[in-house]
Amino acid sequence: MSRDDAATHTDDRPTPVLEARRLTKSFGHVRAMVDADFELMPGEVLAVIGDNGAGKSTLVKALSGALIPDQGEILLEGHPVHFRSPLEARGQGIETVYQDLAVAPALDIASNLFLGREIRRPGLLGTLLRVVDARAMRTEAKHQLDALGVRIPDVRQPVESLSGGQRQSVAVARAAAFGTRLVIMDEPTAALGVRESGMVLDLIRRISGRGLPVVLISHNMPQVFDIADRIHIHRLGSRVAVVSPRTHTMADAVAIMTGAATPDEVGGRSHFDERAGRRDRPGVQGEPTSRALPGPDGATDHGLPEQESPR
Amino acid sequence: MTDATAADPPPSVPGPTERREALGRALRNPLLGPLAALVAAVAIFTLTTDTFATAGNASLILQQSIVIGTLALGQTLIILTAGIDLANGAIAVLGTIVMAKYVVGGGDPLLALVLGLTITVVLGTVSGLLVTRLGLPPFIVTLGMLTVVFALARLYAESRSYPVTDPLLRFWGQGTVVGGVRITWGTLLLIVVFAVFWFALSRTAWGRHVYAVGNAPEAARLAGIKVSRTILSVYMAAGALYGIAAWQALGRIPNADPNAYQTANLDSITAVVIGGTSLFGGRGSVIGTLIGTLIVGVLRSGLTQAGIDNLYQDLATGVLVIVAVSLDQVSRRRAAR
Ligand SMILES: Nc1ncnc2c1ncn2[C@@H]1O[C@H](COP(=O)(O)OP(=O)(O)OP(=O)(O)O)[C@@H](O)[C@H]1O
Ligand SMILES: [Mg+2]
Repeated sequence: MSRDDAATHTDDRPTPVLEARRLTKSFGHVRAMVDADFELMPGEVLAVIGDNGAGKSTLVKALSGALIPDQGEILLEGHPVHFRSPLEARGQGIETVYQDLAVAPALDIASNLFLGREIRRPGLLGTLLRVVDARAMRTEAKHQLDALGVRIPDVRQPVESLSGGQRQSVAVARAAAFGTRLVIMDEPTAALGVRESGMVLDLIRRISGRGLPVVLISHNMPQVFDIADRIHIHRLGSRVAVVSPRTHTMADAVAIMTGAATPDEVGGRSHFDERAGRRDRPGVQGEPTSRALPGPDGATDHGLPEQESPR
Repeated sequence: MTDATAADPPPSVPGPTERREALGRALRNPLLGPLAALVAAVAIFTLTTDTFATAGNASLILQQSIVIGTLALGQTLIILTAGIDLANGAIAVLGTIVMAKYVVGGGDPLLALVLGLTITVVLGTVSGLLVTRLGLPPFIVTLGMLTVVFALARLYAESRSYPVTDPLLRFWGQGTVVGGVRITWGTLLLIVVFAVFWFALSRTAWGRHVYAVGNAPEAARLAGIKVSRTILSVYMAAGALYGIAAWQALGRIPNADPNAYQTANLDSITAVVIGGTSLFGGRGSVIGTLIGTLIVGVLRSGLTQAGIDNLYQDLATGVLVIVAVSLDQVSRRRAAR
């Protein structure tokens, strides 16, 4: 069956930037991921939704090298990869904003942006003694934050002195600054108010505008439907459907997510628009093609051919 | 200040904003409190006693602070990683005995030093490995190490002490007289090791990783920092510092005694905490520890000069520790909001 997958890839669809097949991970008796599939296409914003404990963070950690899956394979631009640490994933241009663990609060903004990859002084000082170039890091940090429109007066402030939104912006900016292939964000707006969430969402749009594909985990449905090109629905440790905000309502997505409806009942295989629009969908209220919110600017239709049927 | 844009200045405004930032940073500087305490203590004793504010007394305070100061430096490194070392005094004492016994037995003094330093580094490494490999709490590990190493020191010393006459081992107690004030080489060494670790902590990638690991270990790991290796390196560096403290101790009192420095572990923690380093890890500085060490030295000296009983000195130090820890707790809570 994975051979079938490979065959479809070579057809007319682009290779996914990042793909995972049948990832499994158990913590003792807890099966956090069970045969989870994942697929991120070039340039898209892919939202990942699912109930608490569905295994979204576990999936993200497996994709970014923060944990090693028990089984399954991960393909980066079609090539198998085996990340043994976050460092290795970052070396491949995968940047992640982890849920709740994005920053070291006592460290200043510039130090946080460059944590683990400090700019060193040239020459022996830098290579042998690992002396850092604090000035260069500050300048570069300011530059990166400005480029993303994050307004922070002083990059020498400790991160804990910032508001929640600014703090999250720093974490997102770090991912944006170093991500060359894709950026993953695990609930970056979870603890934020409306205005601050908007700030972080704008940031995500800007990153996406640079052409970087983005994976966004969120529980906030209006946000997800606002910003995502496609929505990966996770339930009980695996992907149950991928839907499009153009063809599915929030109610559809929530129904699949909670198990109130099967993907087929709401047209879960139909995340490419044409078929979804035509599909007869008895038992689901609301127009199938109705949208709760206006679409994201420049949302593109990837025109993907039919995907394998979700497990 | 005459700054029109008080509420939300645009980032491009020069002069006043930057000056205010600098002022804000200075006021937020956690060294401010300890420094004020030190200055206040010196001022009070200068005013209330005749004998305190003399060059000779200053020199004496420094000499008395050297061993605890060096131990406290190692302690600072470990506390920055959210650890604690209860065994540092015992490790240093074993170091002094290894050095002294070897020389008393006719061994080469240089080799004695190498042996002593090796043993302290090895013991620091053992603590570090127990903490990182087995994931045991540093408090428990070093409590065990304290008992084991203290017993080892007495066994190896055969419950006697070893007077040292060798000039190399006593080197840090020697010194020179500048303008009538005696400055020991040990005092200079203390300044040098503090400078070295100040630089390492504040100017190198290693130092940043030490803070990150103590402040947010999981975030540090996810940022690609090798957390265990960083923590282990800290225990090894501390072990080396305990070796230096052992050598310093033989300069200060040229007699290796297995029962010496019994309260050095708590004294070093006191100096670290009074210096503003957080017992929860990730916050603090070696400059703070230097100031903390001096505060304890000044208090002891000043209260002695003022003719106040030893017990009151302990009382004063204890109160300072509680004040320092409370301040830390308050500022952490405010930061966590
Ligand atoms: N390190 C761990 N050790 C033990 N169990 C874990 C660990 N990490 C996750 N789990 C368990 O795995 C399951 C999936 O957790 P995960 O954090 O991936 O869920 P999530 O979808 O991200 O939830 P949320 O929306 O609340 O963030 C949960 O039952 C959780 O308790
Ligand atoms: Mg999660």
